[in-house]
Amino acid sequence: MDIHEYQAKEILSSFGVTIPRGGIVYSPENAENKAREIGGSKWVVKAQIHSGARGKAGGIIVCNSPLEVAQATDKLLGKKLVTNQTGPEGKIVNRIYIEEATDIEKELYLGLVFDRSSESIMVVASTEGGMSVEEIAKEKPETIIRSKIEVAVGIQSFQARELAFGLGIDSDLIARASDTIIGCAKAFSELDATMVEVNPLVISKQKQILALDCKMSFDNNAMFRRNKVSELRDKSQEDEKEVYASDRGLNYVSLEGNIGNIINGAGLAMASMDMIKLAGGEPANFLDVGGGATPEKIVKAFRLITMDKKVKVILVNIFAGINRCDWVAEGIVQALEKIEVKVPLVIRLAGTNVEKGNKILKDSKINYIEASTLEEAANKAVAAL
Amino acid sequence: MSVIIHKDTKIIIQGFTGKMGTFHAEEMIKYGSNIVGGVTPGKGGQKHLNKPVFNTVKDAVKNTGATASILFVPPAFAADSAMEAADAGIKTCVAIVDGIPSHDMIRIKRYMRRYSKTEKMTLVGPNCAGIISPGKSMLGIMPGHIYKEGRVGIISRSGTLGYEAAQQMKNLDIGISTSVGIGGDPINGSSFRDIIEKFEVDDETDAVLMIGEIGGPQEVAAGEFAKENMKKPVIGYIAGLTAPKGRVMGHAGAIVSAYGESAIEKVEILKDCGVTISKNPSVMGDTVKSVLEKM
Repeated sequence: MDIHEYQAKEILSSFGVTIPRGGIVYSPENAENKAREIGGSKWVVKAQIHSGARGKAGGIIVCNSPLEVAQATDKLLGKKLVTNQTGPEGKIVNRIYIEEATDIEKELYLGLVFDRSSESIMVVASTEGGMSVEEIAKEKPETIIRSKIEVAVGIQSFQARELAFGLGIDSDLIARASDTIIGCAKAFSELDATMVEVNPLVISKQKQILALDCKMSFDNNAMFRRNKVSELRDKSQEDEKEVYASDRGLNYVSLEGNIGNIINGAGLAMASMDMIKLAGGEPANFLDVGGGATPEKIVKAFRLITMDKKVKVILVNIFAGINRCDWVAEGIVQALEKIEVKVPLVIRLAGTNVEKGNKILKDSKINYIEASTLEEAANKAVAAL
Repeated sequence: MSVIIHKDTKIIIQGFTGKMGTFHAEEMIKYGSNIVGGVTPGKGGQKHLNKPVFNTVKDAVKNTGATASILFVPPAFAADSAMEAADAGIKTCVAIVDGIPSHDMIRIKRYMRRYSKTEKMTLVGPNCAGIISPGKSMLGIMPGHIYKEGRVGIISRSGTLGYEAAQQMKNLDIGISTSVGIGGDPINGSSFRDIIEKFEVDDETDAVLMIGEIGGPQEVAAGEFAKENMKKPVIGYIAGLTAPKGRVMGHAGAIVSAYGESAIEKVEILKDCGVTISKNPSVMGDTVKSVLEKM
């Protein structure tokens, strides 16, 4: 689960990380007032969307008066911002963060992620803040320093110090920098985060160490015990169909193609998408109805796929194990009694009681194309386009 | 003796009396697995499916001599249950459950460092189908009848894609020594490498089929191990050719976030390691067959 910049800042601030003064607003009038409340003579108006690279997309505007702040807010609110991370449809701006401008002396990079090789938390830092970590890794890999946190004991002061000295930070700021790194590491461990990124972490001309932009992601599997974090979810930032799916216990990812998929199991779903591609088609989605493929889930899956207007063919591929094919077939027949499918439908059943399952489908009134192997299913789906 | 489990392996079910535990315990008993009892805290002393129920794993181990367990407890309690099994002297524990937080998985693995290599429990999963040694024992939730007895080992992240492979092999009359589902989570109990190492020294296995997917370093680590240390041939398939970067594809671990984690990159690296690649998921069985014929 992703959260907004301002939410990440509030969290990190509660762990001892210093952030510039700022506040969230929902209207231009609100923004003007907030700018006066923050004070100073220069403000940054920041569109809150779940994406990086907002600056290049025009989502960050520097203003010199409260009136300008109001105008910038008016310009951004309700707009869809398209960045290199949002996809062509962009993301809607519903919240604006007003922040005092910072006199930047130096921009640094600080990130924390799970390292799957060592199964620990990895802190990654660089003197080249402001660029994405991918760009830093490509263009200035020699500036990257890493430190592995032993999760059983958490980050140690010496590790934070080593990182701070490694970033070339002045001696009198080392303690502050260390506290910042330790705060991020604690937030990561204590809140079931999967990613914390402060980019840039800046040293201001006034010798403050400030988190200027922050991103945090959290482990969806841990949300049952993170009430406060799960309240921060903003569904307006997620794909509408993906929200519909996740609310109904389906694993769904919207893609660009036109062959809709209904498959049980994540691995089989990915494999089926690969077969579609090899057959010359493009999948419209990834959809895993769960290993069990219960009739209820199949009904929900058909509802979801038929919502997607770009779908021209639907491919159903179910490998029934303990849930038998006859049971799955009954689920499909039930689903199609409730939901009208106007595009060609290819169904491949495999596994337990496959003959019985196919007989149920044949004896029903549903109009479909039968396939027996994965390859045949993909070829027939592409041919039906 | 097959790898990990054998015909007489004494198995207990953790979360025995729940709906999932009951259903799959019955399936395993039908298959011929030696289920000797189960654990549900607070229900010790009762009988369930004609087998004794215990309050703690320690009690169960003491009274039944169980060496293997399978977890059907909700994700919030799964880490605790796995550590309880390790502490009670269980040697093999399969965690079926999907949804264990990654921080908990790390905690389990750190906890298990207290045991010496010979005493350490093999944890398989979570978010997996479990283990089956066809004709001998099933410690999982797979449909047992699609697995033919034989001499090829399977390691798969995905459950249903593993079934697909087993079925394709059965149709070609190729049998399986043991199939291990290691699960789709980013941090799991046993990696591809952990299991492939066991297959290399298993005298009932002639070749290994490894079914991987996008995300994480494990497929490559196993390929590199195979290149350096294995005499037995390895066949591989990697799912997720069409998966977009940075998106989670159903399995929490199926996300491309670094170099070498996409399907194309993994396939290239595995080829360099001498792994025979199944060019698509429809020919996993055929690819295994062609490798066996060359042996």
